[in-house]
Amino acid sequence: MSVHEPESMRPAGPERRGGGFSAAARAELDEIRKRYPTTEACMLPALHIAQREWGGWLPDEAIEAVAAELDMPSAKVYGVVTFYDLYHQKPVGRHRIRVCTNLSCQLRGSEEIMETLAAELGVGEDEVTRDGNCSYVHFECLGSCDTAPMMMVDDEYHENLTPNRVRQILKGLK
Amino acid sequence: MAAFERVLTRNVGKPEALTLKGYRQGGGYEALAKALAMDPDAVIEEVKKSGLRGRGGAGFAAGLKWSFIPKSKDKDKPLTKYLVCNADESEPGTFKDRLLMEYDPHQLIEGCAICCWAVQAATCYIYIRGEYTKAASILEQALKDAYEGGILGDSVMGSGFKLNMYVHRGAGAYICGEETGMLESLEGKRGQPRVKPPFPAVVGAFGQPTVINNVETLCNVPHILTRGADWFKGIGTDEKNTGPKLYAISGHVERPGTYEYPIGVTFRELLEGAGGMLKGRPLKAFIPGGASAPVLKADMIDVKMDFDSVAKAGSMLGSAAVIVMDDTTCMVRSAARLAKFFNHESCGQCTPCREGTNWMELVLKRIEHGEGSERDGQLLLSICRNIGGQSLCALGDAAIGPVKSLVDRFSEEIEQHVRDRACPFPKRRFFDSN
Repeated sequence: MSVHEPESMRPAGPERRGGGFSAAARAELDEIRKRYPTTEACMLPALHIAQREWGGWLPDEAIEAVAAELDMPSAKVYGVVTFYDLYHQKPVGRHRIRVCTNLSCQLRGSEEIMETLAAELGVGEDEVTRDGNCSYVHFECLGSCDTAPMMMVDDEYHENLTPNRVRQILKGLK
Repeated sequence: MAAFERVLTRNVGKPEALTLKGYRQGGGYEALAKALAMDPDAVIEEVKKSGLRGRGGAGFAAGLKWSFIPKSKDKDKPLTKYLVCNADESEPGTFKDRLLMEYDPHQLIEGCAICCWAVQAATCYIYIRGEYTKAASILEQALKDAYEGGILGDSVMGSGFKLNMYVHRGAGAYICGEETGMLESLEGKRGQPRVKPPFPAVVGAFGQPTVINNVETLCNVPHILTRGADWFKGIGTDEKNTGPKLYAISGHVERPGTYEYPIGVTFRELLEGAGGMLKGRPLKAFIPGGASAPVLKADMIDVKMDFDSVAKAGSMLGSAAVIVMDDTTCMVRSAARLAKFFNHESCGQCTPCREGTNWMELVLKRIEHGEGSERDGQLLLSICRNIGGQSLCALGDAAIGPVKSLVDRFSEEIEQHVRDRACPFPKRRFFDSN
């Protein structure tokens, strides 16, 4: 992460709280365990839960917590985390914006969407705004090429974007 | 062309189909009931007879794939087998499976259940890409309803056949759409493809025989059971290219979207159906089957969009994701964007793919930025030769598709970039007001 302001280094989500999975998260994971013949197969679901628990990213203690839940070496968990784009190893904004910039969106103006985000948020790609509210990245095809250009804000698809529409969406992200 | 009655997308625009009751009112789960009354082998035979080929990209005969699954020898100790439904739709330009899952989840569940009965698998995982959160929650709800309605669980529709079905979310990796990469990922590992053989039909998920089929492939299955293999074979170009097909059209067309046609519709008809070229500009090129498919020039406009015809035209049908480009498009820039994608998504396991995709991106970017040399076209072909056939999975071969076709079919554009020491295409602005 490029450090432009010291404040932006703090985790955007809840403060580090120590300890492992919460009781609710553990109960959720226990339900998931029943689906698979091996414990290791719970890895991706467990990491999804952990990332939610730790405010949108996976600090070392989250990785260690998953390793403890699944009774596996943390190096193995770490190896999985680094493979997948949806797991974050550094703080992200409270709202995570992913802009599709693959060919179909590029052909319909996704670069102007990226420019708008840079201008409006005042930070570079993959940096967190000072108030911790937003971070944005370009992303590979999100499977919404018929409504290009598009971006994903948290779990929500926003389609047929224009720079003005992007500005409106940003205003709604508090 | 004559009006075509939609099959796979017949429930799109009918919100009642999202509920079990609504789906059943439209004849849903009748195909599953019919299959359960048949011998599992007879179900496989029917699918074989239909000529259904995989809709994920490779076009492998679905019934044949099912027939590779070994049978349990001892009735009291049945072999553990799996179905993994490939819902990791990540091929750039492809968005058809998302539509099927978001608008008609029970159609997919029914197709999966019929496949499980046919190969006698008691567990099905629907591996859905992590970004598809909406489709995943719609599927979760539909599965819950199906369990409660006796469609899934200890006795599928009262037949005594036990079947569990789960949604498994990925976490953002194109390579997990490759079938053995998907199995690794399902097992909780990095999604690096396996050495084949053994093929998944023999050693698949958790070391057990496994069928892996694409969402659209499985969605065809209930209709084959209900209406018969002969009906299915009657749709399409010939006996090797049968059935209805979804085409996802994007890029420079007036009405991008998912369109259903008999397989083998011409690209010209597809384009007309999508409202023609954006703002009436001339067609320059199109990619007929997603990012992995070699780009075709406008003179191929009358190609029939089926597996064999597109292959004959010098590309591949792939996932039938059609990306259309008009005369303002810089082909070098387009190829550079796709090269960047493959470089990012190469899993890093095989050196030719890991290093080669990186070099392709670097060389294409340098040409685009006006820093290319006269030898760069040949250099790109040399990199392609060193990747092709040199990696464990198809990603390497896929990555060279757009690059090799650029050099083969648009070499004059590369030369122009090198000669002018700049991209000859002005940067296109799409939005006037800032």
